[in-house]
Amino acid sequence: MSFLHPNTVMKPSVLFGLSAMLLISSCSDTLVRVKPYERGHLAGPLMDPGRDPLLLTMTQHAYFSREASFGGGGLGGGGCGCN
Amino acid sequence: MKHCIASLFIFCASLAAVPAAEPTVGSIVPALSGLLPGASLPKITGKVVLVDFWASWCAPCKASFATLSRLQQKYGPKGLVVIGIGVDDEMKDYQTFVQKNQPSFTLAHDSEHKAAAFFNPATMPTSYLVDRNGTIRHIHKGFKGGKTEAEYAAEIQALLGE
Repeated sequence: MSFLHPNTVMKPSVLFGLSAMLLISSCSDTLVRVKPYERGHLAGPLMDPGRDPLLLTMTQHAYFSREASFGGGGLGGGGCGCN
Repeated sequence: MKHCIASLFIFCASLAAVPAAEPTVGSIVPALSGLLPGASLPKITGKVVLVDFWASWCAPCKASFATLSRLQQKYGPKGLVVIGIGVDDEMKDYQTFVQKNQPSFTLAHDSEHKAAAFFNPATMPTSYLVDRNGTIRHIHKGFKGGKTEAEYAAEIQALLGE
């Protein structure tokens, strides 16, 4: 912890690393996170992956062909994450 | 160069600053008129207040409106005030939803998300039951039909009796 001593000058590379760390950590919460009351657009019908039955069937077929597995893609509720 | 990096460090530190804590049970609710500028709100001094955050795109919120209307009609004369705060981005969506559902309690549009940012509701809907002294006593996250309505009724009766 010697670099935290007040009389010690931090190396630019250390400062740069700390800055990057702080920036990334703040991006994860305060900058990017969508609050529950801001999810109006996510709850729109366009955000529903099952809005087009034909597209859904084709996507599931491609998934089955590629992964050799089926199902497990369902999720209850809409995009708003309500309740 | 060192000054530039030091400035960058300070800027990043300010971005990473922890935001103010949201109100929890036991917190005092500030004047809602300050959080909802321009809204027409009833006098709530000495009343039990149920503050509910809702949105037109939230299905459980729509389901909760009938319950909140019933609570207002039943307990309003005894000192309950229900205030529904809509958080829709578009005023048109807010107005259409209100006209369709015709609730019998007070509504306010939080167009700037000032109130929502202060309360920071964990989900939609979230409601805060406030006692006669302005202290949050119960927080309901989500709406689960009759179960939530029964909880509301018991808690409101207890707070009105204090």
